[in-house]
Amino acid sequence: MIRILLRRLVLGAVTLLLVSGLVFGTTQALPGDAAMAILGKTATPARLASLRARLHLNEPVWRQYTGWLGHAMIGDFGRSLATEQPVARLIGNRIGNSAFLVGLSAIIAIPLSLLIGLVSAVRRDGLVDHVLTIASLVLAAVPEFVIGIALILVFATGVFHVLPAVSMLSDSRPIWDQLNQTILPAATLDLAVIPYMARIMRASMIEVMESEYVQMARLKGLPRRTVVLRHALPNAVVPFVQVSALQLAWLAGGVVVVEFVFRYPGIGAALIDAVSNRDLPVVQALTLLIGVVYVLLNLIADIATILLTPRLRTALR
Amino acid sequence: MSATVAMAQPAAPARQRRFTVLRQAIAFGRTRIGLAIVVAVSLIALAGPLVAPHSPTVFVAAPYAPPSAKVLFGADYLGRDVLSRFLCGGRVILGLSLAATAIGLAGGIAVGLLAAYGRGWLDELLMRLMDVLLAFPQIVFVLLLVSAFGPQLWLIVLTVGLSHLPRVARVTRGAALEVVERDFVKSAEALGETRTRILLAEVLPNISSPLLVEFGLRLTYSIGLIAAVSFLGFGLQPPAADWGLMINENRIGLTLQPWPVVLPVLAIGLLTVGMNLVTDGIARAAIGLGAAPAMPR
Repeated sequence: MIRILLRRLVLGAVTLLLVSGLVFGTTQALPGDAAMAILGKTATPARLASLRARLHLNEPVWRQYTGWLGHAMIGDFGRSLATEQPVARLIGNRIGNSAFLVGLSAIIAIPLSLLIGLVSAVRRDGLVDHVLTIASLVLAAVPEFVIGIALILVFATGVFHVLPAVSMLSDSRPIWDQLNQTILPAATLDLAVIPYMARIMRASMIEVMESEYVQMARLKGLPRRTVVLRHALPNAVVPFVQVSALQLAWLAGGVVVVEFVFRYPGIGAALIDAVSNRDLPVVQALTLLIGVVYVLLNLIADIATILLTPRLRTALR
Repeated sequence: MSATVAMAQPAAPARQRRFTVLRQAIAFGRTRIGLAIVVAVSLIALAGPLVAPHSPTVFVAAPYAPPSAKVLFGADYLGRDVLSRFLCGGRVILGLSLAATAIGLAGGIAVGLLAAYGRGWLDELLMRLMDVLLAFPQIVFVLLLVSAFGPQLWLIVLTVGLSHLPRVARVTRGAALEVVERDFVKSAEALGETRTRILLAEVLPNISSPLLVEFGLRLTYSIGLIAAVSFLGFGLQPPAADWGLMINENRIGLTLQPWPVVLPVLAIGLLTVGMNLVTDGIARAAIGLGAAPAMPR
């Protein structure tokens, strides 16, 4: 098992390195001239020269990259081209806001999808099961910004007026004190991930319920409740853990569009602003951050699977 | 001689099976509902510009004017006819999504086939490269390239296609790994067929079912992604009529005039759900009825 784990960790590290290369390569080292691309029509020879110097475009590419990566490791991404502020300060607050949004969505999504999956597996073809089937066919396909706008139409503008359409977080109060600002964005993310997570839970639970040892437990005359909760559930939860981690990773990208829909002041909204302004240092910092979170969560999903699967846990010990 | 026979055999059943899958898929109620939705929305998108009552870029009423006899669904934030902009705004999304899906599928199939057939270091190298592409959420990957090149339609098609590539490659490789071991592939090799011919004529027809499902899935996500990109303002630029753009332009006036948001939201929602219903039907038919297709985002 140690060998599998080590191999996975090394692979993860290599992937992270290549991800940083991809981020740097596309934004700065492309065949074109990054300074020209940023300035566009406003380019004058003097401004081009000064921007090139600021982005270190005059140095060889590999020196640019190692310098950039070295600074990135300690959280220094230079200064924003749009606001002249250090990138780290610009996105510091927003990372917290986004983490809160993703965390809140996960805290709701994980137990809820576990429960829905469990119920629809135990009561197959029941009401919950049918609703889940339809919901997953609809919600898995619809882009998340459409779900978000639909929620705004129902809860913020058209039908009810109970929640804000735009998340206006005030800096003076802690974020958990302003939960009503976060409900709709979190609900949008949850609607996007819960059906899939619940379906995995359902499929895994059905498989376990039909296995021999669960049949055996039933035949022994154990109460159904005990069979489901003590015998079946612990084994059915393994694939669910992996999928939960993968869906959390998906949330890291999902927040980008959802934050824009609700103008939620997080890293996603910041990334979109930075892309429209071609604020390269901010784009580099945020895409790298999202990429790293994504790779790490995928890594955690794999490691969790290895640790939770007895066959893999005991192999190659 | 006997080898020729062995070779000719698998191609026919493969083609037959493909049509059987489609025929079985259409037997499901949900496939038919999905197909009807997709056809209806596509018709609106394709024929819409021909029947639009006004030009999509001409000001015909006051901003956010309510629905009236002249402007059936009212006017948008600048006073342009909502219905006309809606009818003209679907073509590009549809075209770009199809193109992106084609790129993603063609590239992914090529990589997956090469990896499965080549094995060894080629397999390892290709799939590790795919892992790097997988290291970004699709939308972030698109945004990364838009930040470098600016919002251009060809770039969006290319990046959305590229972001599908590793996902399609994985499915193709998985399906092809079984097929490349079969006897008819071995006999084609023994006959001295070229690698390209073996992959295209022997292996590809035998993995068409999972690839058909993959096509449906990727088209669904392409529509969602491309609509999202233009919603974010990186697709078609104003004053063009485009569903994603319409939603973003008019959402500030949602309480005053919901139609310029509601119509495109409905269209994108229905189109993606319809596509998914069709895909689900094909997937069920392909595995002989059972679980719904996996839906990894």
